[in-house]
Amino acid sequence: MAVITVERKPLTFLERTYLPQIAGGLKTTFKHLIAPKKTLEYPEQRPAIPVGYRGVPTLVKDPNGREKCVSCQLCEFVCPPKAIRITPGEIPADQAERAHVEKGPQAFDIDMLRCIYCGLCQEVCPEEAIFLQNQFSMSGYTRAEMVNHKDRLYELGGTLPDAHHKWDKKKAAEEHGNAH
Amino acid sequence: MFDFYFEIPLVIRLILQGLAVIMVIFPIAGACSMAERKIAAWIQDRPGPNRAVVPWVAWIPFFGKFLQRLGVFHVMADGGKMLFKEDSLPGHVNKFYFVLAPIVAMIPALTTVVAVPFGAYFDAAGKLIPLGLAPFDIGMLAVFAVSSLGVYSAILAGWASNSKYPFLGSVRASAQLISYELSMTLAVLPVFLWVNAPGTEGTMGFARVVEFQSQSGFLGGMWFGFLMPISAFIFLVALFAETNRQPFDTVESESDLVGSFHTEYGAFKWGLFFVAEYSHMIVGSGVFMLLFGGGWNPLPWVSLATAVDFLGTFLPFAHAPLFVGILSIAIFMGKVLAMIFFFMWVRWTLPRFRYDQVMKIGWQKLLPLSIANLLFYAIAIALIQK
Repeated sequence: MAVITVERKPLTFLERTYLPQIAGGLKTTFKHLIAPKKTLEYPEQRPAIPVGYRGVPTLVKDPNGREKCVSCQLCEFVCPPKAIRITPGEIPADQAERAHVEKGPQAFDIDMLRCIYCGLCQEVCPEEAIFLQNQFSMSGYTRAEMVNHKDRLYELGGTLPDAHHKWDKKKAAEEHGNAH
Repeated sequence: MFDFYFEIPLVIRLILQGLAVIMVIFPIAGACSMAERKIAAWIQDRPGPNRAVVPWVAWIPFFGKFLQRLGVFHVMADGGKMLFKEDSLPGHVNKFYFVLAPIVAMIPALTTVVAVPFGAYFDAAGKLIPLGLAPFDIGMLAVFAVSSLGVYSAILAGWASNSKYPFLGSVRASAQLISYELSMTLAVLPVFLWVNAPGTEGTMGFARVVEFQSQSGFLGGMWFGFLMPISAFIFLVALFAETNRQPFDTVESESDLVGSFHTEYGAFKWGLFFVAEYSHMIVGSGVFMLLFGGGWNPLPWVSLATAVDFLGTFLPFAHAPLFVGILSIAIFMGKVLAMIFFFMWVRWTLPRFRYDQVMKIGWQKLLPLSIANLLFYAIAIALIQK
């Protein structure tokens, strides 16, 4: 590497008095004094959430309003801090529109005091049923309040568009006499 | 109209006047603490404290919101907190001197106000009468003598705290105040050499200094800040050092001394130190404005008398002593507050000097400069006033 010798000029008299620098500094701070403020005043103003943000994990429904989770428990097993606890259950007999779906969770709890927002549950889910969405603030007064139950998870998740309609395709195939 | 006031015994009148001045300085010191926070915030592109509000003020449209955004209620909340929180007395301190120190801090801070005239009016004969608690002839001497007592509070507090950092802080405070007092005094001398022309009555009062800055003519109307810029500059730098403001706040440098001499203090006693510091700033700014900034004259080359005559052309009551008095006080307070803004502006601009730099600037730069300045003006004034 070439060595460049930088010439160090001795300070001029004015520079040694330090005063022009002070004047320059005062000018800069005065500009900031009258400049518009940068603070986002949080509860009233919210930050724009970027695409791909990993917020609170939620369960989503498909466009037909059916729950997508089939309680395969992959997320429960992959979850590094063991925040997810699923009780698998059968599809209730009275829900005819879901009869072709294999299973559904009886209970689905995510302990937000354990969750580390890693997103592995979203990554591993074969049904695209669990998503880390935009909500970034979780608070509660008790430990129990910080556990998101199934109904709360669906309330937070809402409905996301679905390109596959896996169970509809399966039902259609069955009706046509195909295995799949 | 106000004859009844002059029939009150003099002692009670003076007490009333003193209380009135204290009632002005205390809220200003409180407001200064909020101004400090707001200016810090604005310079850092933040809005600053703006949440606390009293409900019935919040109901006032616009104005209530304005007061809330200005952080006015944070001052009250802070003050209330400081008054009502537990005033603890650490077990390891020398209790008598520990309690004495904040009181000693307040006394010189509030006593110096006595010598500072803060306005003026014209009596029936057209003579300028300065307004002040005791505008006696040794004004400048009194301010120097009493304000330097302030260092005793720092020494007492640091020593009585019986702990390492407060002690270091108080040692620094005393060394710094002594170093800069010298150049400050020398910087002021040319002003009084000029004011005390041969053949006139000798004075160290501020009123005469302001009178000298409100004469007619180019040189007469010139403020001493323009006539003696080096003096003004040295006085200003020394004032920053004397009031322990940035960039000379090595005394209270949190990074190396925790809280310096008030580390062990809390609640109201700490608040007294705080108010004393701001009172020093207010009085120091006042003295600077009287000596170098034209006192109660509104603009350079525009004296109070000229301004009143101008206002008299369309305001019938402009020559009333009451109006002139209030006008001059308003002008003077405006200048003092501008000066305090400058203090804060500098605080959020300059980093703190290292302690050895503070000593070096004080002894090796400012002191020779002020001596040279004094010699120059002494010779020049001797030649002019011969």
